[in-house]
Amino acid sequence: MADLRVDFCGIKSPNPYWLASGPPTNSGEQVMRAFDAGWGGAVWKTLGEPIVNVNSRFGAMDIAGAKVAGFNNIELITDRPLDANFQEMAAVKKRYPDRALIASLMVEGREEWREIIRRSEDAGCDGIELNFGCPHGMCERGMGSAVGQEPRVLAEITSWAKEFSSIPVLVKLTPNVGDILEPGLAAVSAEADGLSLINTIKSVIGVDLDRMTPLPVVGGQGTHGGYCGPAVKPIALNMVGTLARDPRITAPLSAIGGVSTWRDAAEFIALGAASIQVCTAVMHKGYRIIEDLVEGLNEFLDAKAMASVEWLKGRATPNFREWGDLDLNYRVVADIDADACIGCQLCYVACLDGAHQCIHVNQAPCQAWHGESDHGQRPRAEVAGPVEHEADALADTRIPWVDEAECIGCNLCALVCPVPGCITMREVSAGNRPESWNERVGATAR
Amino acid sequence: MSSPNISPLAPDRLERFFEDAKPPYSSAEARIEAERCLNCHDAPCVKHCPTAIDIPKFIAQIASGNTRGAATTIFRQNMLGASCARVCPVEEMCVGACVYEGYNGQPIAIGRLQRHATDEACADEVASGRRLFNPAAPVGRKVALIGAGPASLACAAHLSLAGVQADIYERDDVPGGLNTMGVAPYKMRAESSLAEANWLLSHGARLKSGVTVGEDLSFHSLLDEYDAVFIGIGLGKARTLDLAGPGVWEATALIRKIKTERGFTLPPSVRRAVVIGGGNTAVDMARELAMLAVEKVTMAYRRGKGDMSAYAHEWAGAARHGVVLRENLSPLAAVHRDGVLCAVRFENRDIGTESELDCDLLAVAVGQEVSMQALQAGVRQNTNGTVWVDPVTRRCSAARVYAGGDCINGGREVVDAASDGRIAANAMLKEWGLEQNRG
Repeated sequence: MADLRVDFCGIKSPNPYWLASGPPTNSGEQVMRAFDAGWGGAVWKTLGEPIVNVNSRFGAMDIAGAKVAGFNNIELITDRPLDANFQEMAAVKKRYPDRALIASLMVEGREEWREIIRRSEDAGCDGIELNFGCPHGMCERGMGSAVGQEPRVLAEITSWAKEFSSIPVLVKLTPNVGDILEPGLAAVSAEADGLSLINTIKSVIGVDLDRMTPLPVVGGQGTHGGYCGPAVKPIALNMVGTLARDPRITAPLSAIGGVSTWRDAAEFIALGAASIQVCTAVMHKGYRIIEDLVEGLNEFLDAKAMASVEWLKGRATPNFREWGDLDLNYRVVADIDADACIGCQLCYVACLDGAHQCIHVNQAPCQAWHGESDHGQRPRAEVAGPVEHEADALADTRIPWVDEAECIGCNLCALVCPVPGCITMREVSAGNRPESWNERVGATAR
Repeated sequence: MSSPNISPLAPDRLERFFEDAKPPYSSAEARIEAERCLNCHDAPCVKHCPTAIDIPKFIAQIASGNTRGAATTIFRQNMLGASCARVCPVEEMCVGACVYEGYNGQPIAIGRLQRHATDEACADEVASGRRLFNPAAPVGRKVALIGAGPASLACAAHLSLAGVQADIYERDDVPGGLNTMGVAPYKMRAESSLAEANWLLSHGARLKSGVTVGEDLSFHSLLDEYDAVFIGIGLGKARTLDLAGPGVWEATALIRKIKTERGFTLPPSVRRAVVIGGGNTAVDMARELAMLAVEKVTMAYRRGKGDMSAYAHEWAGAARHGVVLRENLSPLAAVHRDGVLCAVRFENRDIGTESELDCDLLAVAVGQEVSMQALQAGVRQNTNGTVWVDPVTRRCSAARVYAGGDCINGGREVVDAASDGRIAANAMLKEWGLEQNRG
């Protein structure tokens, strides 16, 4: 069994999984049940001056029958009295001393920060997380992402928190910025102990076409909310990876954004995350998902002979590069396994209409490119007539085949193929030395 | 959609005892199944549909929530899409060709999805008052159709949509032909067939029921009165192998009673039944008897199992209901004692001996003859008696005469009849320069 324990800038937890600040951490009894289920830590629902919420608050995007591929909310920070929250936090920490308990905080003035940090420490929290990310409702009041989008303000409030706090200070970043490095560097410059990202993305989740109202509907109206869930994982991976590979970002990263499975978590850790926060998947399936998050990660680490989470951390970071560093001479072509192929021909259509016209079919008139193989370098201003291929080994089957010379190795066919492992991308030696764009441009400049 | 000239069915028909073998989907179930469809290029399912419905398209339309669009896609190719959804041997056609068949053995349930789309859309027509299809303005042409079975109903519907007056002459009280009288009730009940016929007729065709062409009026008087005549009379008399007497039934007649006759039940004394034949009608008959709680149902076929013309999936369905197959049995005579059927005597063809199977009911399902004589249509026939038609147009040897369905193919599927009807209608429209009115 691999060692799943993490020490995140001094905050210790038995596994890397923390509940992110949100509805699943709204109350003490919830967090207790979560800890009973096995969660390693919890970032409490953001505390501040209690607000008033609206009905309804959530919206979801389903894709092809898959529920909650994306999720959005217009809920604000806690609407419960601070006294109740702090009382519950103290009880949780007392009962679960080995779990990480972090207070998410959002207030305005310097004195308010001082007071709420003091109360968090008094409640026994292991750390605080400054919510500079919420992109709806609070930002209009000068808080949340309004702070996260202004590096100077972010740095100033972070330095207040560092001044008032004797426990680790995490800064939670908003993805609603042009370059995540700017707020990230600002937080580090103010000596934040850790960074959490991403908070939600500004979004309208859908429109009710009967009521002609953006979702979720409040009375006859709607507003933008914050987007999260499985669909935002790629955005979060990029932002976490971008910070992780920058040597100036010295603080550890707590990754948030669409984690539903151990595999998602492993990907974030491989790109540099030191802990994982989860919210939407729990809202969808409940605290019980922690079981396979832990067991799956354990199995994976064991299979890779990695003794601990630390071994995995950042393993993919060195390979996360700028486009200009990639090898222009690297070449792959698609390989279709005729035995595995079920003949749906989705690869043919995808290549024909969405890529480079290099996959051919035998049974029907074939519209792939039949001219000289030139990867589209010469003008193609006519629609050529379809070709009936002559009989060969595949003539009586629906199995498509790849014109390797014309294939540009884009992956599309392999991505749309419904049969796992049927289409693979095979490396072919181009015979040339690796050369990146940066090298080529540099050589020309010399 | 009410049609005053269709007689209502009796409420206490025995067929109502049967439950759907493939029950309707809920909207949620249909959505989930539709989402599974891969949307193949040059899809094999379409190639294996005699009416070439764009199956991936209609399934994608179900998935997107455009159920009316899905039904329109189906009906454009096959106006009998609702009954074909239920009665097509999809395992031998679209579903059998699904690429999932060779992958995980779980092909898309195309028939059930088609039933969902057509049923929902027809219900929506009633609820919303918006028709899926609006007939073109009258073009001043009229066509007589003989027999109100699937071929004529399809042809008439396509003609009415094109603005052609279509009059269907039917000797029975109710339309639908074998769809109403002959389909196994666990696939489709007579009321569904009548609802479909009603819907088809609601686009403008007229049903003249209780009229036998060849008796009440002559074929040639129709040809005089109409621009064209479509022959869709199906098959004729059933063969009985000279087996007769109390307790001996011709299978299609018994099925018809089960489906449509008021208050009909099997005599309580029937505990053992023998069905003679190896085709789909024999299998249907045997399965129906087994489902009606006849204790022992035996199918006796004169050759081996592999020679049966019944579809493998149909036989498997009967076997699941306990029907037993006896091979190489040629019936010699029904054996009666005191005027009551007690057995049927067979020749064992493989070993040349004779034997008896005890039974209280004997049903004979060994095919129907093609009988064109009564019609006096004067059209060329094939050597097997079926009507000869041009394969491209379904035009007969005589001018202005077309034919489709079982009378040209000797007894195939509803979908073949629907295809014939559409092809013939389109050929007529082309003949009259009305191609732009094609559906």
